[in-house]
Amino acid sequence: MTSTTARAPRASVNVSKLLTRISMALIAVVVIYWLGRNFLDSPTQFLSVGITGLSNGALYALIALGYTLVYGIIELINFAHGDLFMLGAVFSYFFLTSFLGAEGASAGNYAKLGLTLVLAMTFCASLNVLIERLAYRRLRDAPKLAPLITAVGVSFVLQFIGLKWNGSAPRNFTTVLPQTSFTVHGVVVPWNALAIISLTIPLLLILVTLVNKTKQGRAMRATAQDKDAARLMGIDVNKTISFTFALGGAMAGAAGLMFAQSVGTVAYNIGFQLGLIAFTSAVLGGVGNLYGAVLGGFLIGVIQGFNDGLPFGPGQKWSQTVVFTILILLMVYRPAGLLGKATTEKV
Amino acid sequence: MAETTKAAAPAHTENSNKKWAIGFLTVVLAIYAINKFYIPTAPAQVKTFFNAWFSLTSMGEIMIYILMALGLNIVVGYAGLLDLGYVAFWALGGYVAGWLMSGQFDQWQINFFGNPPAGLPNGIHLNFLLVLVLGGVFTAIWGVIIGAPTLRLKSDYLALVTLGFGEIIPQIMVNGEDIGGFNLTNGTKGINPVDNIKLFGHEFGPFQLADKFLIYASLAGLMIFFSLRLRDGRLGRAWLAIREDELAASMMGVPLMRTKLASYAVGATAGGVGGVAFATLIGGVYAERFNFQVSIIILSMVVLGGMGNVWGVLVGATLLAWVNNTGLVQFGNIINSATGKNIDFPSFNFLIFGVLLILMMLYRREGFLPEARVRLIMHEEEFSDVAVVTDDIEVEGVHHHEHN
Repeated sequence: MTSTTARAPRASVNVSKLLTRISMALIAVVVIYWLGRNFLDSPTQFLSVGITGLSNGALYALIALGYTLVYGIIELINFAHGDLFMLGAVFSYFFLTSFLGAEGASAGNYAKLGLTLVLAMTFCASLNVLIERLAYRRLRDAPKLAPLITAVGVSFVLQFIGLKWNGSAPRNFTTVLPQTSFTVHGVVVPWNALAIISLTIPLLLILVTLVNKTKQGRAMRATAQDKDAARLMGIDVNKTISFTFALGGAMAGAAGLMFAQSVGTVAYNIGFQLGLIAFTSAVLGGVGNLYGAVLGGFLIGVIQGFNDGLPFGPGQKWSQTVVFTILILLMVYRPAGLLGKATTEKV
Repeated sequence: MAETTKAAAPAHTENSNKKWAIGFLTVVLAIYAINKFYIPTAPAQVKTFFNAWFSLTSMGEIMIYILMALGLNIVVGYAGLLDLGYVAFWALGGYVAGWLMSGQFDQWQINFFGNPPAGLPNGIHLNFLLVLVLGGVFTAIWGVIIGAPTLRLKSDYLALVTLGFGEIIPQIMVNGEDIGGFNLTNGTKGINPVDNIKLFGHEFGPFQLADKFLIYASLAGLMIFFSLRLRDGRLGRAWLAIREDELAASMMGVPLMRTKLASYAVGATAGGVGGVAFATLIGGVYAERFNFQVSIIILSMVVLGGMGNVWGVLVGATLLAWVNNTGLVQFGNIINSATGKNIDFPSFNFLIFGVLLILMMLYRREGFLPEARVRLIMHEEEFSDVAVVTDDIEVEGVHHHEHN
């Protein structure tokens, strides 16, 4: 009797492992077939769509970094981060297009764009620090449910601010970044995709250097590892966490500006969907891992681009479903993500 | 073992349960009696007042929200699993009603004690009670399908996965008008009309709102009963144990997966039954109504009243459902006409629900009608050793700064 009960679980584990393997292989085969067929059918379209995907991916990477930084240091999924990005986009519209009147490409407008980039980053960084100070800090030691629900609440408040600021209808405007494109051997490259990618990569490099090479970065990593020990080593934990929120917020602000400039539309409800997609990117790369967030962002961007733009595929109306299916499959098969290390929950 | 626990249950909880139950029944019957017998003969002024502030549709909606909030309470309040995609179950239940009680599939002609509209026999028309059961079973199966692969995740990841499902399922409904040429959900136009309820030869049409209210109130009452009974039973105690300490619970022999799945299934069933009921209340199913906001509103109801406490959730659901569907608009109208402004008050529900969630979590995590046990869990950090040590260090740090 006892021997059978002891044997039963082992058998079921093997079966579930086998099922996992088989289903993973099946998914891989389907994806490879899908990509291969599309590539063989129209290679130029495949590449054009890929480039658009990369530029979206750069934005996702910027937002995903905010999730990953915050999760890495206080293990909170900051639901409000997507809405912070939205406010960054709305801010950039009101400052650049409405206040400075910059419409269309010109040297002066590029300077204004640069100024707005700095201001949008500062705006979102301050807002994120403020949110942490007012809402999350008091809940740092509370049961996990509490900060999560608070983050959802903050997300709603930010959406409300966006709704009142921007109005309930989406706002269309003329962007400073050109909406035209050029072709290389039939592959369409939009100028704004190029601009976004070339603005994002330096930002990512600065961030990675900041975290890995500076004293403040070391403080961040120490705090992420063990808050109490970090405190004993003389690190101001509160200040370090605020700094982390500021960094994440700045990235969201930059992403907001570039999103607004690439699509020429801002709406109060863009944050929720894009935030979720960016979160998926962070999970894909491995939450808490900076390179992971960047890799995940580009991957999700490209996958979404392929889904939306390729002739054989589910198409744009299933875009969200595809991304969230990836999120769910990841959670089931590899919660640690591509670059993350599997961790066990601390008892 | 079950017997000793039963004996140990303090007598006053049973008494207070009885009081609450009598209270609930009295309120329901009073609302029914007022609307059935008094309002039709009342002066026009009274009629308009009741229509504006306490319309029967909004009362029915409140009952359905109570049902669903109690369902979510089983997942979040009892088992401690954060579900941010509860609207998925509402949607699934709603579409079960849409599929089985309407002319949606007009290529078939099935009538099983149903109530097809006069002259339109096409489609599937099953009896309301049967659809309630089928809706519950269907969503319970989906609860297990969603839960099985995801319930071993950490709590915050679980929240995200449920959120993902809460986004996917409505999108399937929106895009579902052409799945391989088959019109499953009629897309954004939604499925309408859903048949009127017909029970035992009595038809509950759009003008028998008081009678309809009684149906929804009895569904809510049933859910209250199940919630209370389940909580004190073996399964309920297992849920509470998992909520309080998963590791300790599994050491004590509570099968984690099975127990969590059960909470998911029961919660989903309530969502599905609520979905069926709501579809009959508004006479249709509309895909765009199933958005993230709804999940959060239901979650707010659970949080406001007090996670895990049936009566707290009941009060929270009543209050928030009313504010959401009537109160905000009516108060807005009064303020607008008094000040001569034109403020769009319903748009403030983002602010209200957001601030409510934040303030509750900061200052009253256990809700307004908390259970003693929940209050202890929610303030656990204040009693633990680690927190005491960190507090000391914090104080040191502050002094240090002051000296500088």
